[in-house]
Amino acid sequence: MSEAVKFHFDVDGSDFSSAGAASVMVKKKLRQLGYPPEVIRKVSIAMYEGEINMVIHANGGAADVEVYDDEIVIILSDTGPGIPDVELAMQEGFSTARDNIRNLGFGAGMGLPNMKKYTDSMEIDTRIGEGTTITMRVSL
Amino acid sequence: MTVKEAAAALQLSLLCGDDSREITGVYVGDLLSRCMSRVEEGDLWITIMANINAVAVAALTDPALIVFCEDVEIGDDVLAKASENGIAIARSAQDAYALCVAYASIGGAAS
Repeated sequence: MSEAVKFHFDVDGSDFSSAGAASVMVKKKLRQLGYPPEVIRKVSIAMYEGEINMVIHANGGAADVEVYDDEIVIILSDTGPGIPDVELAMQEGFSTARDNIRNLGFGAGMGLPNMKKYTDSMEIDTRIGEGTTITMRVSL
Repeated sequence: MTVKEAAAALQLSLLCGDDSREITGVYVGDLLSRCMSRVEEGDLWITIMANINAVAVAALTDPALIVFCEDVEIGDDVLAKASENGIAIARSAQDAYALCVAYASIGGAAS
């Protein structure tokens, strides 16, 4: 097995206008590496939603993307407030985003459901007051 | 139909980007998470969400053209980011429904 290609990004929680920058970068890299459009689309959507969530709810965090022979793994970790009720947060339409976020076109309660929908597996490890780590895998 | 042809027929003001791309579908929407999963490569994406986050969504979904409708204000930061990412942007005074009707009447089709 060849060595994994890894990317690391710091997601700036204070700058809403740069949210998505890491996802755009990953998309470009995956394109250069020649991955199929549907794989790139899945990874881009899942990662973008995660990035936006970290900016909205957790004051930023870190995004790591690891590309293996058989899968792409996206790990998003933050030191935010944690998710009190994961089951509720996973429901489409449920959101705790503030009005100013909604006015920007977010906070529709689609983020986590989209992340699950566009990946082959998603694990949420969240601790109240400590942070959340989400690991998503897209099979190749 | 190309971006240039659509822009001329729909009386859009093209503000930046490549006008030679072929438009292959249409999507209308403002909720960016929804748009993120629904805008397809080559789409004409009609929205009022003229902010920098919409440009990020476009950078990931790759529509042929974003039309900011209803004459919404478009900031310089939005155009700068779009230019940087090679995204075509146009403005229209019409609303989304009128644009869709007009686009259909000139032979445009959804994907």
